[in-house]
Amino acid sequence: MPLWYSELHTKNVKLSIKVDRQLCSYQSPFQRIEIFDSVDYGRFLSIDGYIMLTERDEFIYHEMITHVPMAVHPKPKRVLVIGAGDGGTVRELSRYSCLEQIDVIEIDKAVVDLCKEHLPQTACGFNDPRVKVYYQDGMKYIRKLEAEYDIIIVDSTDPFGPSEGLFTKEFYGNCYKALADDGIMVNQHESPFYPDDAIAMQRAHQRIVSSFETARVYQAHIPSYPSGHWLFGFASKKYHPVNDLRADEWNSLGITTKYYNTNLHRGAFCLPNYVEELLKNVEQK
Amino acid sequence: MDQNNAPILEALKKFKHSRVVPFDVPGHKRGLGNKELTDFLGKQCLAVDVNSMKPLDNLCHPISVIKEAEQLAADAFGAGQAFFIVNGTSAAVQNMIFAVAKRGDKIILPRNVHRSVINALILCGAVPVYINPQTNARLGISLGMSVIDIEHAIKENPDAKAILINNPTYYGICSNIAKITKLAHAHGMKVLADEAHGTHFYFNDSLPISAMAAGADIAAVSLHKSGGSLTQSSMLLCKDKALEAHMRQIINLTQTTSASYLLLSSLDISRKNLSLNGAELFDGVITMANYARDEINAIGDYYAFSRELIDGDSVFNFDETKLSVNTLGLGLAGIEVYNLLRDEYDIQIEFGDIGNFLAYLSVGDNYKNIERLIGALAEIKRLYKHKCGEHIPSEYITPIVRMSPQDAFYSESSSVELSAAIGKICTEFVMCYPPGIPILAPGEEVTRDVVDYISYAKEKGCSLTGCEDMSVSRVRVVG
Repeated sequence: MPLWYSELHTKNVKLSIKVDRQLCSYQSPFQRIEIFDSVDYGRFLSIDGYIMLTERDEFIYHEMITHVPMAVHPKPKRVLVIGAGDGGTVRELSRYSCLEQIDVIEIDKAVVDLCKEHLPQTACGFNDPRVKVYYQDGMKYIRKLEAEYDIIIVDSTDPFGPSEGLFTKEFYGNCYKALADDGIMVNQHESPFYPDDAIAMQRAHQRIVSSFETARVYQAHIPSYPSGHWLFGFASKKYHPVNDLRADEWNSLGITTKYYNTNLHRGAFCLPNYVEELLKNVEQK
Repeated sequence: MDQNNAPILEALKKFKHSRVVPFDVPGHKRGLGNKELTDFLGKQCLAVDVNSMKPLDNLCHPISVIKEAEQLAADAFGAGQAFFIVNGTSAAVQNMIFAVAKRGDKIILPRNVHRSVINALILCGAVPVYINPQTNARLGISLGMSVIDIEHAIKENPDAKAILINNPTYYGICSNIAKITKLAHAHGMKVLADEAHGTHFYFNDSLPISAMAAGADIAAVSLHKSGGSLTQSSMLLCKDKALEAHMRQIINLTQTTSASYLLLSSLDISRKNLSLNGAELFDGVITMANYARDEINAIGDYYAFSRELIDGDSVFNFDETKLSVNTLGLGLAGIEVYNLLRDEYDIQIEFGDIGNFLAYLSVGDNYKNIERLIGALAEIKRLYKHKCGEHIPSEYITPIVRMSPQDAFYSESSSVELSAAIGKICTEFVMCYPPGIPILAPGEEVTRDVVDYISYAKEKGCSLTGCEDMSVSRVRVVG
């Protein structure tokens, strides 16, 4: 029997992946968590019917959300990751010996447990002894902190569902407060392509711009995400993502990557005209 | 009675299946005649927007399903008779006053009543005897009525027909309604309760006592506020079943003859839900409100107040579901925080006044949104806190009633500048909305204090309403 997993990218567009078998299906108090195995994309994690990651292309997302801030900040020691229950982001972070503290705030323990069981490719990140996972609401955790972290990575799901609060102005403001004076926040920034995603992307940008001195957007190509064109946000109190890039220093670390490199770092901040326009439209207001 | 039943809901479901051909009103004919409206509200909704007819009963003269639904409601609320109201709780409040007072009769009431109460006095010609609600100076809010003040008012006005009680006030403060009811009854006066903000009292034992349980005669209960029914749907409760016929006559004077079945069914369904699940639902709301209060107080400078205000008299009890927060410690007015939450954070709260704001929690809230509210309040403190806040303490301004509201309202009048009105008798309302409690009511003298308060409220961005001049720079006065 052929079994196809389909995700609606818009009302009229869908991506389908032929499933070899389903590995788990679990309804947590927050969301529906499913993991499938497929021929072309390997294992993939779906939450509430949306693909979060596939074994085949997760490296793109996780390298881009991690190495970009790490190559700009001169001496990061304390990193906070919000969301990221699959472990991919902490796997990349654990490659930096300079880090002393890697805290993960995940609202749903079931995501971590199921990924540990079925997605060792990303969940291996949790094995690093510097990684501490706290199971609670990211909004609640962060609003009590002041100048606690050098880098905050907001690795959230889409802005509808449990992550809604992680796209709000109050959340970005609380992140600002939780960062040190030279802190950097990087966030999953949705896609500019389909209109509904673009609106969410614009709203996030508008709110980040109003909270941080510097707020820039960069892109990557992630085949399993709607339209394949995905954005990340880089916000900082002090550093410019390209002018302050410490390319030689980062290259001397000898971290091998499949997607990220310091040339691509510079290029990722060069955006198509239509994206620049979408961003400019909300910056002026 | 079996509270699992919902007679209006069941009749509407049956009606939908019977596929009756409509040659009656409403003219949209189950939505077919208004496509845009149907697309917007949904077929399901338009299909039951129907008129009174044999299988669906008639609100003006209920004999079948509406009668049964009202009986179930009376049972659920511990009343002798319940009336479904579709013109808002304002109508319920007015009807209970019309039922006990006519032209020239006196009613004892606290000054912090909703405008609908004074509207009723304009319409029926009754005369208010105001009780000074005690004021908490630190918070700048009106409290409940003190029993001693009631005793005094009864002594001074032994001919008064009734006492009206807010149970609770907008901020969640309750007077000693049981004791006041005993006092009133001992002097042959009726007790009317404005329970616009107290529906939930009927369904959870840890909340303050409800009017019916306290023995009050009539209560106006706003199911659409904490109870979850549709906006504008409400109930009027009578303790004594014998009052039914008279009350129905009164209600029919002003109630529509085309009662909306959307509203009626929402009352029926909400009553069912509240009586079956209310205790558990409101346990959840109380827990959530207490959590939010603790977290907001932990931010600092905000004061989310609660049961610690209880003093056995003018704050006899407190409704813990009300998330009332004082903002003066931040150097910001409540209305300023209200505006920041909406304009900057997309969070709409119930109201803000000079010193406080109220976030309304009910059966539909969740922790995700509570976290947003708390997070936004933390941000507002970080970004907008003022060093020095100079706020005029909102003290109680004793109204000087020079004419009955009706006489003033219908007097020859002229429009004058606010400052030129001092010493004259006002013929219209001035109030902040919400909460909709009058600063000036028809028949009251305009004083310097009142003019100062209005100017200050305007400056802080309060939405002032009620008078003809939309900008509230002129008021109408007698003469």
